[in-house]
Amino acid sequence: MLRHTKLSASVAALSLFATGALAQDSDLSGTLRIISDMSNPAPRAVMEGMAAEFDEMHPDLTVELEVVDREAWKSQIRNALSANPPDVVNWYASNRMGPYVDAGLFMDITDWWDAGDYEGLESVKGALTLNDAQWGVPYTYYQWGVYYREDIYNELGLSEPETFEQEVENCQAILDSGKKCYAIGTKFLWTAGGWFDYLNMRTNGFEHHMQLARGELSWTEDEGVAKTFENWQTLIEMGAFIDDHQSYSWQEALTEMINGDAAAYLIGNFAVPHLREAGLTDEQIDFYQFPAMTDAPLGEDAPTDTFHVAAGAQNVDAARAFLAYVTSADVQTRINGPDALGQLPVNANSEVADDEFLQQGFTMLSENAQGGIAQFFDRDFPAEMASVGMEGLQEFMVFPENLPDILPRLEDARQRIYE
Amino acid sequence: MTQATVPDTHADAGPGWVKRNRMTITPLLFLAPGILFFGIYVVIPIFQSFQISTYEWSGLGDLSEQGEFVGLRNYTELLGDRAFETSLWNNLRWLVLYLLAIPAGLAIALFLNQTIRGIRLYKSLFFFPFVISQVVVGLVFSWFYLPREGALNAVLGFFGMGSVNILGDPDLATYGIIAAGLWPQTAYCMILYLTGLNAVDPEQIEAARLDGAKGHRMLWHIILPQLKPATFIAFVVTIIGALRSFDLISIMTNGGPFGSTRVLSFYMFERALGEYGFRMGYGSAIAVVLFLIMLVFIGYFLWSMWRDEQAARR
Repeated sequence: MLRHTKLSASVAALSLFATGALAQDSDLSGTLRIISDMSNPAPRAVMEGMAAEFDEMHPDLTVELEVVDREAWKSQIRNALSANPPDVVNWYASNRMGPYVDAGLFMDITDWWDAGDYEGLESVKGALTLNDAQWGVPYTYYQWGVYYREDIYNELGLSEPETFEQEVENCQAILDSGKKCYAIGTKFLWTAGGWFDYLNMRTNGFEHHMQLARGELSWTEDEGVAKTFENWQTLIEMGAFIDDHQSYSWQEALTEMINGDAAAYLIGNFAVPHLREAGLTDEQIDFYQFPAMTDAPLGEDAPTDTFHVAAGAQNVDAARAFLAYVTSADVQTRINGPDALGQLPVNANSEVADDEFLQQGFTMLSENAQGGIAQFFDRDFPAEMASVGMEGLQEFMVFPENLPDILPRLEDARQRIYE
Repeated sequence: MTQATVPDTHADAGPGWVKRNRMTITPLLFLAPGILFFGIYVVIPIFQSFQISTYEWSGLGDLSEQGEFVGLRNYTELLGDRAFETSLWNNLRWLVLYLLAIPAGLAIALFLNQTIRGIRLYKSLFFFPFVISQVVVGLVFSWFYLPREGALNAVLGFFGMGSVNILGDPDLATYGIIAAGLWPQTAYCMILYLTGLNAVDPEQIEAARLDGAKGHRMLWHIILPQLKPATFIAFVVTIIGALRSFDLISIMTNGGPFGSTRVLSFYMFERALGEYGFRMGYGSAIAVVLFLIMLVFIGYFLWSMWRDEQAARR
C-alpha cells in the first residue's frame, strides 16, 4: 500500500505552485522524510507539490515523501512512528493524537509555537494542545453543517430554519411531500457522532459537550444528555432519517440526496465535490448552520488535519522549517483553494477561496460560532469512548426504544475509560 | 538466517560422521527453515500473546516501559463484556452452520460425479467461488442483500413480499454473512469429495450392487466409509475456516450493526489494532481465548491423525 514518490522527478506536478517568489534558504541539508496520508487525488497532488516546492527552496536538502492510503494510515502510523520514524507525519488534532503523545512518539514543539513560528494560528492552538504542550501544527480544516437541496426547499416553499421548531416544521413538510428530511449512512458509525455533537451542543451548549467528552458528566444521570436524546428521538420517530442507514456508508447515502429522495444531509464540507460531480449545480445545493435550540452560544464542529514531528525525527531543523512553511499564510491560501484541497485555511492571514460553501463556512466559523469550535465526536472523546459511543448512537438511531439499555452501557464504558 | 550446509558427499575420507548420520541429518536440514520460521512467526508470538494479555498496554512504545502489569484483570473484564459474549456466540454460530458446507459439498460432488459431455465445465463453474477472493465474495453478497437495490429484494418483491435488510438487522446479519461464507466453502468441500470419489473402489460397488444395495444404503454403507479421509479433511478446513472468519465480516458489515456480527477474531482486531483500538492487552486476551478454543479442535485433529497412522502401521 506504500507508494513511494521520488520528488526530484515530480517537479512537473508543480504547476499549482509556480507562483510566489520564494526565499532561498540553504541552511538546511540532509534528508527530510515525510509520510503523508493525503492519498485522495487532489490532496495527493497538493502534498506532492508542497514537498517538491520545499525541496526546490532548499538546494542542499532532499525531501523524501511517502504517501500512504488514508484509511490504512490509521493503523500503520503505529509502526511508522516506532521503527525507523520519519521526520514529519500527517495526523489529526485533539484527543486523536493522545495515544501518540502519551507514548512519547510525537515531539513536543511548544518551543516553536512560543518562538512565534506560527503567526496567525493562535485560534487553533487549543486543538493541538495536550498536557499544556503543543504537539503539531494544523494545515486545513472544514466546517460541518446542513447541506440541503435548495430546489426542493423552494418547491415546498421552505426557508433555512433558525430554530429547532422551524427545523421540525420543515421536516414535517418534507415528509408530507413523500421525501425524507435527512440522508445519513451510519455503516462506519462516525456520521451518527456528527448528529450527536450538534444536538448536544445545541441542547446543552458547547461547554457541556466538552465536559461530556472529558468524562466529567454521567451518561445516565445527567439531565442534559437525556434531553439531547429526547430531541433526537423526536426526529427519529417522525421518520426524518432515511431507512436502513445502518447498511450504507456516507458516500452511498449521498445518492438519496442526489436523487432527491432526501432533502438534506448533516455532513462536512468534503461532501460538496461529490454532490457537484454527481451533477447537482450550486443552484440546487445550499448550506445552513445547524439551527439554535436554546440560548446557548452556538458551537460548531470543524475537524482539523495536522502535521506532527516524530519524536525520533532525524532532521529536526528541516522538520521545523517545513512546518513553518506549511502553515505560512500564502501556502495556506494556495493549498486550501478550490482547485487544491477545497477546504478552509487555518492561518488567519490567508485568504479563503471564492467558493460559495467555503465563504459561508468561514463566515460561520469566524463570526457565528461564539460557543466554540469542536473537533468531532471521535476526536474530542478518547478513542475507546468514541468507538463504544458511536456504536450506541447508531443503535439508538435504528432502535430508539433501546435507549435505557444503551446509556448504562456508555456509562460503564465511561467509568472504566476515564478511571 | 542460517545457511543450510550441503552434506559432504565426497567418499574419499571414509565414512565420516556426516555420512553415517545422513539419514537423520538430511531431513533435519530440509525441515530447518520451516521450523525456524514456524518458531519465530507462530510459536513465539503465541507465548508473547499470553504475556501481553496480562498487561494494559496501548500497543505503542515498549511493553516494559509503557505497559502496566495487571495480572488477569483483562480476563475478568472479558467475563462481563457483552461485546465479547456476542462474539463468542457468533463464533459458535459460525462453527455449527459452516459445517453445512460438508453435506452440501458432498451432494454437489455426487451430482457432478457423472460422465457426460461438458461435465468439466460444470465442475469448474461450481468450483469458481472458491477461486475468487473472499473480499469479492463479500462485496457481491453485500450488493445482493442491499435493502432497496439488491437482487434478493427484487426477487422478494416479485413474489409480492416486503423487503428485508439482512445486513442491517442485528438478528439476521450474522446468518447473512455465514450464507455468503458457505458459498466458497461448499465449493471447497465439493472439490475434496470429487477427488475422494475418484478413489472409490469400483469393485466394491460392483459387489454391493450384486448384493442388492442401491440408493441410500449404497451411499451410507459403501461410498461414505470410503470417503472418510475426504470427510476428515473437509471437517478440518471447515472448522478452521469458521474460526478464522474475518474478511467477510470486515467487508460486509464491519462488525455492525452495533457490533452484532463480531466474532472473536474481529473483536480482537478492533480492540488491539483497529482505528480506535489501543488496548493491546485486552485484544491479546481475546486472542488467547480464541487460541484455546482452536486448541481443542487442533488437539482433536492431531489425535485423530495420530490414531489413523497407528492403525495404518499395524
